[in-house]
Amino acid sequence: MERELHIRFLRDMLRARRMEERIAQEYTRGNIGGFLHLYPGEEAVAIGVLAAAEPGDYIVSTYREHVHALARGMPMRSIMAELFGKRDGCSRGLGGSMHLFDAERRFLGGYAIVGETYPVAIGAAYAVMLRGLPEAVICFFGDGAVNQGTFHESLNMAALWKLPVLFVCENNHYQIGTEIHRHSAVTEVYKRASAYNIPAARIDGMNVETVNRHTRDALARVRAGQGPQLLECETYRYRGHSMADPGSYRPAVEVAAYEADDPIAAEMRDLSLHYPDADTLHALGLDSSESLGRRYVENGHLDTAGLEALEADIRAEIEDAVAFALASPEPTLDDAWGALRPGLIHETLI
Amino acid sequence: MQTLSYWQALNRALEAEMAADDAVIVLGEDVGLYGGTYRVTEGLYAKYGERRVLDTPISEGSFTGLGVGAAMAGLRPVVEIMTINFALLALDALINMAAKIPFMSGGQFSMPLTVRMPGGVAHQLAAQHSQRLEHTLMNVAGLRIVVPATPQDAYWQLRQAIRADDCVIVLEHELLNFDKGPVDETAKAPPPHRATVRRAGRDLTIVSYSRMANQALVAAEQLATEGIEAEVIDLRSLNPIDWDTCAASVRKTGHLLIAEEDSRFAGAGAEISAGLTERCFHSLHAAPMRVAALDLPNPYNKRLEQTCIPQPPDIVAAARALLRDGQ
Ligand SMILES: Cc1ncc(C[n+]2csc(CCOP(=O)(O)OP(=O)(O)O)c2C)c(N)n1
Ligand SMILES: [Mg+2]
Repeated sequence: MERELHIRFLRDMLRARRMEERIAQEYTRGNIGGFLHLYPGEEAVAIGVLAAAEPGDYIVSTYREHVHALARGMPMRSIMAELFGKRDGCSRGLGGSMHLFDAERRFLGGYAIVGETYPVAIGAAYAVMLRGLPEAVICFFGDGAVNQGTFHESLNMAALWKLPVLFVCENNHYQIGTEIHRHSAVTEVYKRASAYNIPAARIDGMNVETVNRHTRDALARVRAGQGPQLLECETYRYRGHSMADPGSYRPAVEVAAYEADDPIAAEMRDLSLHYPDADTLHALGLDSSESLGRRYVENGHLDTAGLEALEADIRAEIEDAVAFALASPEPTLDDAWGALRPGLIHETLI
Repeated sequence: MQTLSYWQALNRALEAEMAADDAVIVLGEDVGLYGGTYRVTEGLYAKYGERRVLDTPISEGSFTGLGVGAAMAGLRPVVEIMTINFALLALDALINMAAKIPFMSGGQFSMPLTVRMPGGVAHQLAAQHSQRLEHTLMNVAGLRIVVPATPQDAYWQLRQAIRADDCVIVLEHELLNFDKGPVDETAKAPPPHRATVRRAGRDLTIVSYSRMANQALVAAEQLATEGIEAEVIDLRSLNPIDWDTCAASVRKTGHLLIAEEDSRFAGAGAEISAGLTERCFHSLHAAPMRVAALDLPNPYNKRLEQTCIPQPPDIVAAARALLRDGQ
C-alpha cells in the first residue's frame, strides 16, 4: 500500500486517540459533563471505514461517535466546543457528547437510544435511492444493539427495497457489563444478515487497512445498486463503557491480549521499519539494495523525527481546540427556543 | 433507626420480596452479574442466581412484554428499565398489554408486574437521557404509578408494588439514588398511593412529588424565614392521586402551588391543578399556580439545563407571587 495512505491512517488514528485522551482529562477537570463514551482501541474501524466514504455519503452514528465525527472531517474545534456545551459546538452546546450533528458533512448525528441508527440510516438511504444518486449511507452500531427490534426490521426493509446502506457493526464484545455470549444467542453478528440475504463479512477491526479495503469493496457494491451490505468489525474498547464505568468486569488477560493488538501500535510498526544502514544495503548488493530501499520507502518509512512531528501537530491541534472551546460563549435560552422549531420562521402557527 | 441511601432501600425491598416469594424474579440490562447500573440489584445475582436475576439483551419491548406474559402465568416479575428513556421502546408492552389485559380479559387475568425506571433530569445527560414521562403514563387507565421521594418510601412502595396484583410503575429519580434517610423495615407502611404532608403550614399548599417534593421543602424553609408558612404535600403516587389529602390542605390554606420537574404543557401539574380546582374552587383565593420545566427538550449545556427545570428559588418566587395575587 502507498506510503501516503499508510501515514494518513496512522495520523488519523493517533489524532483520534490523543483527542479522546484529552477529552477524558477535560471531563475529569469538569469542563465536560454528562455521559462520556470513549473510543480508544476501536480507531481502526472509524478511520478505516470513513476513509472510504465520499463527501456525498451520509453517516449515522451512536453515542460513541466523537471519532466518527472527527474522521468525517468535522473540525476538532467544533467537536470540543460541543463537549464543553458551548455555542460554537457543532450542535450549539445543546446536544453534547452523545449528539454530534453536522448537516454540511452529512453527519446525521449521534444517537443515544440503542438501536436508533438503523431506521434513520434506511430513511436517508431511501431518499438517496429515490434521487438515483451514487451516494451511500453508512450506519454504525454496536454488538449489543443488534438485539433491538429495529435491527431486524430495518435490515428487512433495506434488503426488500435494495437500499444503498452499509451497516457497520463495531463488535467490541460488550454491552456495558454484559459479554456477548451472555447477550446474544448467535455471537457472529454477520450471520444474522443472511436471514435477509444481505451480503456480510466478519473482519479484523483492529487492522485499519483490512477495514478500509473491505469498506471500499462493500461501498462499491452499494453504489452499483446491489443493495445493503454489512460488515462486522471485531474490535475492543480499552476503557470502560463510559467514564462512569471502570470496566473491571473484564478478565485482565482479555484486556491485555487486545492491548497487544493495538491498531495504532501495529500501524507504527509497519511504518517505522528501520531503514537499513549503508553497510546492510551494500552487503545486499546494489540491485537488491535499490529495490529494497524503494520497497521500504513505498512501505512507508517513518523515522523518529517524522513521528515526533506528527505528534507535535496533533498536540497543537488539540490545544487549539481546547482553547477554542474554553473561549466560546455559552448558548442562550433564545438559542434553545430557536433550535426547537427551526422551521418556524417560514410559518405562522396561530 | 438505620440510615440507608435510596438505592439501598430499593435493594432491601427487592431482597425482602425475593426472599419471601419464589415467584418474584428480577430482569433487565446489567441487573445481574454487573449489579445494576445504579446498584439497586447489587448482591441479588449471587444470592438468587441467574434464573431469578436475569441479565437481558437490549430488547426493552420484548423483555417488558416477557414480564407481562410471565405475570399472566403466575410469576411476579420486577422489570428494571435501565432508565425511563428506554421505556419509550416498551410502551406497547406497558400501555397495550400490561394496562389492558386485565380489562380486555374481563378481569380474568391480574397483572402482578412491577416496572422500575429511574428518570428525571440528572447532570447534563442531554435531551434523550433526561426525560420525565409521568404525563405519558398517567394518562393510561390500568397503570398505577408511584413516585417515592425518600428512602423510606422507596422501600415501602417497591415492596407494595411487588405484592400488588396490578401493574405498578415505580418512577425513581436518578438524582435521589444517593440521598440518605432513615428506613424502618418493620414499621407498618401507609397505603401505597396515599399522599403525605411533609410539612404543615397555613398560608399556602405546595403539592409536589419525587425529587421536586424535596426541593419544595427547601423552598418552604426559605419562605418560613419571610413569615410565610407553606404546607408541603408529597403525593407519593401519580395514579391514583390522593385527592382528599390535597383538598383538605387547599381548603385550609386557600392557595395552591404545584411544583413539578415535568414540562408544563399537559404535564402532571395540569391534572393536579384541574382536579383540585374542581374540588376546592370556592376555597381558592387565587388561581392555582404551576412551577414546571420549560417546554423544551433538556439542553446539554449546564446553565441552560438548570434554567429549564425549577429550582427552589423559583418555587419561593412563585409562592410570593401567588400570595400577592390572592390578597
Ligand atoms: C434502548 C436503550 N437501552 C439501553 C441503553 C443503555 N445503554 C447505553 S449503551 C449500552 C450498551 C450498548 O452496547 P453496544 O451496542 O455493544 O455498543 P458499545 O457501547 O459497546 O459501543 C446500553 C445498554 C440505551 N442507551 N438505549
Ligand atoms: Mg459493544
